[in-house]
Amino acid sequence: MPFRFEDVASLSAGLRRVDYLADEGIAGVVYLADRLAKPVLIEGPAGTGKTQLAKSVAEVLGTRLIRLQCYEGLDEAKALYEWNYKKQLLRIQSDRSDQQDWGGLSEDIFSNEFLLTRPLLEAISAPDPVVLLIDEVDRVEVETEALLLEILSDYQVSIPELGTIEAVQIPLVFLTSNNTRELSEALKRRCLYLHVDYPDLLREKEIVLAKVPQITENLADQVARVVHTIRQIELKKAPSVSETIDWAKTLVLLGFSKIDERTTSETLNILLKYQSDINKVAKEFSTAGGVNL
Amino acid sequence: MPASHLPASAVATGDALLELLNGFVKELRDVGLAVSLTENLDALEAVKHIPIGDRQTFKTALATTLVKHYNHQQAFDTAFEVYFSLRGKQYDLGADGTADLLSELDDHEATNLQAAAGATENLSPEDLAAMLFDALQRKDPQMLKSVARSAVRLYAQMEPGRPVGGTYYLYRTLRNLDLDNVLERLLQQAQYEQGDLSEFDQRLLRDEYQQRIDQLQQEIEAEIRRRLVADRGAEAMAKTLRKPLPEDVDFMHASREEMASLRKAIYPLTRKLAARLQRKRRHGRKGPLDFRRTVRASLSYGGVLAETKFRNPKPHKPEIFVIADISGSVAAFARFTLQLVYAISGQFSKVRSFVFIDGIDEVTAYFEGAEDINQAVHRVNTEADVVWVDGHSDYGHAFEVFWERFGKDIGPRTSIMILGDARNNYHEAKSWTVKEMQSNARHVYWLNPEPRSYWDTGDSIVGEYAQYCDGAFEARNLRQLEAFVENLA
Repeated sequence: MPFRFEDVASLSAGLRRVDYLADEGIAGVVYLADRLAKPVLIEGPAGTGKTQLAKSVAEVLGTRLIRLQCYEGLDEAKALYEWNYKKQLLRIQSDRSDQQDWGGLSEDIFSNEFLLTRPLLEAISAPDPVVLLIDEVDRVEVETEALLLEILSDYQVSIPELGTIEAVQIPLVFLTSNNTRELSEALKRRCLYLHVDYPDLLREKEIVLAKVPQITENLADQVARVVHTIRQIELKKAPSVSETIDWAKTLVLLGFSKIDERTTSETLNILLKYQSDINKVAKEFSTAGGVNL
Repeated sequence: MPASHLPASAVATGDALLELLNGFVKELRDVGLAVSLTENLDALEAVKHIPIGDRQTFKTALATTLVKHYNHQQAFDTAFEVYFSLRGKQYDLGADGTADLLSELDDHEATNLQAAAGATENLSPEDLAAMLFDALQRKDPQMLKSVARSAVRLYAQMEPGRPVGGTYYLYRTLRNLDLDNVLERLLQQAQYEQGDLSEFDQRLLRDEYQQRIDQLQQEIEAEIRRRLVADRGAEAMAKTLRKPLPEDVDFMHASREEMASLRKAIYPLTRKLAARLQRKRRHGRKGPLDFRRTVRASLSYGGVLAETKFRNPKPHKPEIFVIADISGSVAAFARFTLQLVYAISGQFSKVRSFVFIDGIDEVTAYFEGAEDINQAVHRVNTEADVVWVDGHSDYGHAFEVFWERFGKDIGPRTSIMILGDARNNYHEAKSWTVKEMQSNARHVYWLNPEPRSYWDTGDSIVGEYAQYCDGAFEARNLRQLEAFVENLA
């Protein structure tokens, strides 16, 4: 099978074209995922672009993105496949008249025609090279996690009535986790691991410039710096990249061309979501230079 | 990027690399990372796809295949520095076998450095200071790197074979660079160039420069490490540099940096613990059979008891009393335990906390309604009335007062956690108080941050109290503490 990406640099450039600014680590891991045909497990704080990475990669490749949103109580029927029993019933009833023998019938109703594919099965039976995103995998119970293991390591699904369905092509798989619980060793072992953290100053500025086209370079730089400073303070919930972008958009809409202390404190509620955090940062900034004077 | 212009054929295979990687994996395992065999094979497979000149991607390849936990990243970084540090001739050490193999990679990086730095050999201190100032003012990581190199060459005066640690050289270098002063000068310069800066702008600027200075410091550390590795060999250095993982850091002996990493590690941990316990509750056992509802449900099956209904379980929610010694030696331990207990306070019907040194005070109110646990802890440390005579731990007196004032509140649903090293400064033990507590309470547990082998040595009398406890546990690090708290709920 041909590889999807030539090298790390071209992958980075491709992602940049769709406005995803990947650092070397991110691009390197995606590149390796393709070469080694292994899934990528992405962890990191909320709002740092974990899901977006999968979407952007799909966009770069120009392929479909198949998404499985995980939640507590997710089961086989929702993730892998399900028999379309209503259709099976209809089939049996329509057969009653012409007295077909049971053997023929049961072979008939447990065939592909009556199989409802769910995201995982769809991803591996797709004829085109798709991107599969398994979002927030930490939300499913530990037992359900085991459901993923077969598909992640061998790219196949076993259906008792039909046998094993092997992948036509190997999809590029991304799993994201918000780290609300420790994932099992078995799952981690099968994946490449990528920790996506808050970007550094320069990259965040570029992200803001890319996502908020009307913004001036000067303002973007200030935005990145203020957010960076806020992240240094010990908070309940540090501002995420998406919140930075929202903030930058707000500032542009309100027509600010420069940030000072007052604008910051007035618009803090876009960056921070807890009142205690807002108070803390406002206090921090109002006493900011005081020490130096 | 030093990467892509190397031919892709320069792919690393061969026994030397294999051996180097094996040593590296062994070191990771020695640090405490569980690297499985498949992961090891994955790493070997991954590096085949990487052009060897591309150091950054090489590191990514190893990290992504071998390290599956964010907290372990730092341990990985250190080991990587040691095993795959630059070992070219410019570090004037003989090449040991592996150095040849990686020399291509080295040369590449080295030319980059050289190019960025120009001729940096034989710089005078004045030149270096100017260069340092320049590098910090511009955002040029390559230049920072070369400044770090020159600074180490000029100031650290490293001698081959001399058995001193890296910190000694680091101190020597930093003292000569005088970075605090540089920061002030940078700010003044910015003030001068850009006219009036508001306090707000100053603050931002200071943060930015400070970050670059931290970066420089890391570069200097890395440079020193590289040279030490060159001098002493990877294995020996790896051993000296080995640091415990955050969950294994000893509370009693944590350095300032380790404390910071502990504080960072504890928040996600508490969140995880709370989520796990909640889930356990929800998916745990069912209650007893609900006969009435079962019969009601049978009506829809024509009276056949086809579907059984169960009562919702009423989980037992214990009441928790935390009694913590907050004298200097064990303060950090008390802090983390309180933080953990309050993080899962939803699992208990009530949590009350008491702190003592030689006097005792209830601090429950500080935590209730406090949005910020750090603030609550701060108030505990500053406001609680815990000194009776001289501010040296006196367990006996503290427990006696506790029993007199709060003993009547202890009921059969109360679990008591006592935190402390039981180093009683040779005061009277008064262990009857613990015995009384035990007879009234559901459980009494003792958590001791000292290793078990130190118990009952010197002025430690934990054994005397422990005879009246339902269990005495060693809780030296986050891993042990977490395990205990999880079992409690």
